[in-house]
Amino acid sequence: MAKSSSKRLSEFTAANHPVRRFRRLKEKAIELLLFLAAASSVLVTLAIVGILVTESLPFFAHVSLFEFLTEREWTPLFENAKYGIAPLICGTFLATLIALLVAIPLGTVTAAYLSEYVSPGLRELLKPILELLAAIPTVVYGYFALLFVTPLLQVIFPDMGGFNILSAGIVIGIMIVPYVSSLSEDAMRSVASHLREASFAMGASRFQTVFRVVIPSAFSGMTSAYILGISRALGETMVVAIAAGMQPNLTLNPTQPAATITAFIVQVSLGDLPHGSIGYQSIYVAGLTLLIITLSFNVIGMWIRKKFQERE
Amino acid sequence: MGAVTTPSIRADVKNLNFFYGPKQVLKNISMPIYENRMTALIGPSGCGKTTLLRCFNRMHDLYATTNYQGQIILHPNMQNILSSEIDPMEVRMRIGMVFQKPNPFPKSIFENVAYGLRVRGVKKKSFIEERVVKSLQQAGLWSEAKDRLHSHATDMSGGQQQRLCIARALATEPEILLLDEPTSALDPISTAHIEELITELKKDITILMVTHNLHQAARTADYTAYMYLGELIEFGLTDKIFTTPSDTRTENYITGRFG
Repeated sequence: MAKSSSKRLSEFTAANHPVRRFRRLKEKAIELLLFLAAASSVLVTLAIVGILVTESLPFFAHVSLFEFLTEREWTPLFENAKYGIAPLICGTFLATLIALLVAIPLGTVTAAYLSEYVSPGLRELLKPILELLAAIPTVVYGYFALLFVTPLLQVIFPDMGGFNILSAGIVIGIMIVPYVSSLSEDAMRSVASHLREASFAMGASRFQTVFRVVIPSAFSGMTSAYILGISRALGETMVVAIAAGMQPNLTLNPTQPAATITAFIVQVSLGDLPHGSIGYQSIYVAGLTLLIITLSFNVIGMWIRKKFQERE
Repeated sequence: MGAVTTPSIRADVKNLNFFYGPKQVLKNISMPIYENRMTALIGPSGCGKTTLLRCFNRMHDLYATTNYQGQIILHPNMQNILSSEIDPMEVRMRIGMVFQKPNPFPKSIFENVAYGLRVRGVKKKSFIEERVVKSLQQAGLWSEAKDRLHSHATDMSGGQQQRLCIARALATEPEILLLDEPTSALDPISTAHIEELITELKKDITILMVTHNLHQAARTADYTAYMYLGELIEFGLTDKIFTTPSDTRTENYITGRFG
């Protein structure tokens, strides 16, 4: 009896049995479905890059790359159009730099507080409130910068106009604090507790332990937090469009109005532009430039991360 | 063993009770820690030996809902280091500790040893250098480390890392050195190396060591304390504990009848 049942079982598990064939087919179908889901985001990214590049190429038939990179003015919609990307890049970097000067210290200290000081109960209360900052629509931040932060700054800089990159940068910084702090906190909390104990056992205070052991150990994870913050700041549109004045301006003075790449794109796309005109193409060129900048930061971030990970 | 005359006392545990929340983990423990001797704490898992060790540098204060009763009197200034008026940081500055798993900081070899001096606010470069060299020599790591002081500590082998942790603890000249199963994560050769080192160190420093390894206690310790279920069952000279224990529970554990 044992023999006959084992024979039936072996028949059932034979490779060509219909049940087995159906199961193999089902597995293949599921695998294909999962592949398509995973591929969709890659395909969308590739499509965006493709469109940006193909729409930008005709632009460079009109404007040389040399002019694009060296011209000091960006006025593609004027009678006497100039196509120098420098003012937009300058505005973008300035806004991002100011934002990071706010977000990195504030985000890091917040993360250290949440990870190392606060009791678990209070942390569970504070974290959602902090993350709520990320849920506020950026247009609200834009008007917060224009109508609240700028008047405050005018107390310190009385000559400053209503539109300026400083106020926009500060508010972007506040906006990205949760991005920086949330990932930094995860990185700090994943530092092994035996390292903390080793530091305390040496007679270190909590502050010394956090700044001499926990943060250096968490640095590779914190780099990702900073890179996310940088990408977020580089791509921020509404705040600068509303509060910084949308005037391409090659200046390092943050009290001046300026435009970022994204602010220019939103400004131009609001008007009527004939398809295929050089103004229309300039949007794509600006977009491509931003993509290249963001991508470079991500690559640098990945490289730093890897370098620090090797050391751990 | 040469411990015929009783050495002077370095610390005195008096009626120590310890609680994790409502759970009592140490029950009325009293024992002396002798100066420049090595005392081993042995006993089956969960007997409270590591908990007792971590009372000596107030590590339990890092976690909520822990509670001490009783005293650990540090000689010669007769201070109760468990007193709530004493800052645990002060205690940890006086009593060093080496952990079960080697846990060097992700810094250079030099900075690992210098850490205790730096957190104490020592700035003088020559003093720090001198102390780092001396501690590495004491920990038997100097010949291996002297050409790579600025390379990363985590590039070393496990045994070297543990000796680095010992050097790190020695650099601040602790009054007592606590060792929490310092060889349990190491291979037999590294273990032998560390045991040799401990035997050398105990000439000048008071050591309290938790170990799972009975042979290790027998080989290295002058005094041994056997603990079971949070109680101190027997304390005495290692020779006596291992040859003629007075409590049958100690005997059963030593002879391998349980545990």
